[in-house]
Amino acid sequence: MYETNYHRPKDLAEAQSLFASAAEGRYLAGGMTLLPTMKQRLAAPSDLVDLGRLEALKGIAVTTDTVTIGAAVTHAEVAGSSEIQAALPALSALAGQIGDPHVRHRGTIGGSLANNDPAADYPAAVLALGATLRTTQRELAAEDFFQGLFTTALEEGEILVSVSFPIPSRAAYAKFPNPASRYAMAGVFVARMQDGDVRVGVTGAGQDGVYREASFEAALAGNLTPAALDPLTVDPDGMLADLHGSAAYRANLVKVMAKRAVAAASG
Amino acid sequence: MTSVSITVNGTARTAEVEGRTLLVNLLREGFGLTGTHIGCDTSQCGACVVHVDGKAVKSCTMLAAQADGATVLTIEGLAHGDELHPVQAAFHEHHGLQCGFCTPGMIMAAVDMIERHDAQLDEATIRHELEGNICRCTGYHNIVKAIQAASDRMAGLRQAAE
Repeated sequence: MYETNYHRPKDLAEAQSLFASAAEGRYLAGGMTLLPTMKQRLAAPSDLVDLGRLEALKGIAVTTDTVTIGAAVTHAEVAGSSEIQAALPALSALAGQIGDPHVRHRGTIGGSLANNDPAADYPAAVLALGATLRTTQRELAAEDFFQGLFTTALEEGEILVSVSFPIPSRAAYAKFPNPASRYAMAGVFVARMQDGDVRVGVTGAGQDGVYREASFEAALAGNLTPAALDPLTVDPDGMLADLHGSAAYRANLVKVMAKRAVAAASG
Repeated sequence: MTSVSITVNGTARTAEVEGRTLLVNLLREGFGLTGTHIGCDTSQCGACVVHVDGKAVKSCTMLAAQADGATVLTIEGLAHGDELHPVQAAFHEHHGLQCGFCTPGMIMAAVDMIERHDAQLDEATIRHELEGNICRCTGYHNIVKAIQAASDRMAGLRQAAE
């Protein structure tokens, strides 16, 4: 790892000012992606601004219709929260499948979303549930937040503060993890919202990162059963292809994971 | 350079570190606690697992500066004098190792796992929970047996204490 200057700000304002005065600053949350990337010298920020302990980014709040999670809340905290388990169990189950126990103790929801890895788990839930992302500057809809591989609407210096998920009537996440990395080869989050809308978020598979599978949503709208997806196929054209799987393989995997998620959501 | 203060295995320690110094390097090179191993150095193998504020983390993927003010427990801090921790004793008893390189991380992960599950573990849970710890020798069989035995013993100790 190249040299870097570590900073631990006491609040969001100081974090933003440290970032602004750095030659090439990066925010550090759990560091589960950024630190390995720096160790490989694929990233070499002059300054790291540690957001991990900021109180403003902590906390879980559950109301009758919303689950709000601070950006620096860890995957283990989401997985283990009895409040989230009761209100939105699909989300705590998703968090419990990220990485391994040690990674879940450090990695944060905000770090995962700001990184927008195309194979990360949280983006599928955020997009499927139509969550709202609150930053130091504004509120963003999930649709506007994700902008392709490792790209989000966050501006230079802007900090993700919290994520609010509407509580659906039914939801489930099904993931086929890469056997080595545990990242999603395909992960599908299916949700039926309180107004009856069915929404399907897909991660790990699409060339442009997380996306909604509109054909699945239409088929599931009046019929939330795995069989409703039987006649459908996913076009391999938009799928990722790499040494772990071809585009056709991933296209099929999206359907298989979607059926598993629907079965779990409707069961 | 940044000054960090860390309580390691019950002893308050301070050190001057670079911003890029990893916790595992501070433990090994700064404090001489070489029981914590660096295996893959890519956040995958778990040989470097220690507890930071009571939670198992990969110390090769945490900056020393991030641990400022924290309480750290390493493999050296687990035994009480000559009396091995139940997990250490079980790894000995069930020979949960061959070359031993992954063992410190395995044991620290096992202690964390047993605590999180209130010493109620079955084989499937143990195997799933070991996702972040890689052993290239044993095939895991005796590691799983050792953790199961330690968990059962610790459950018994808890009952006896109640």
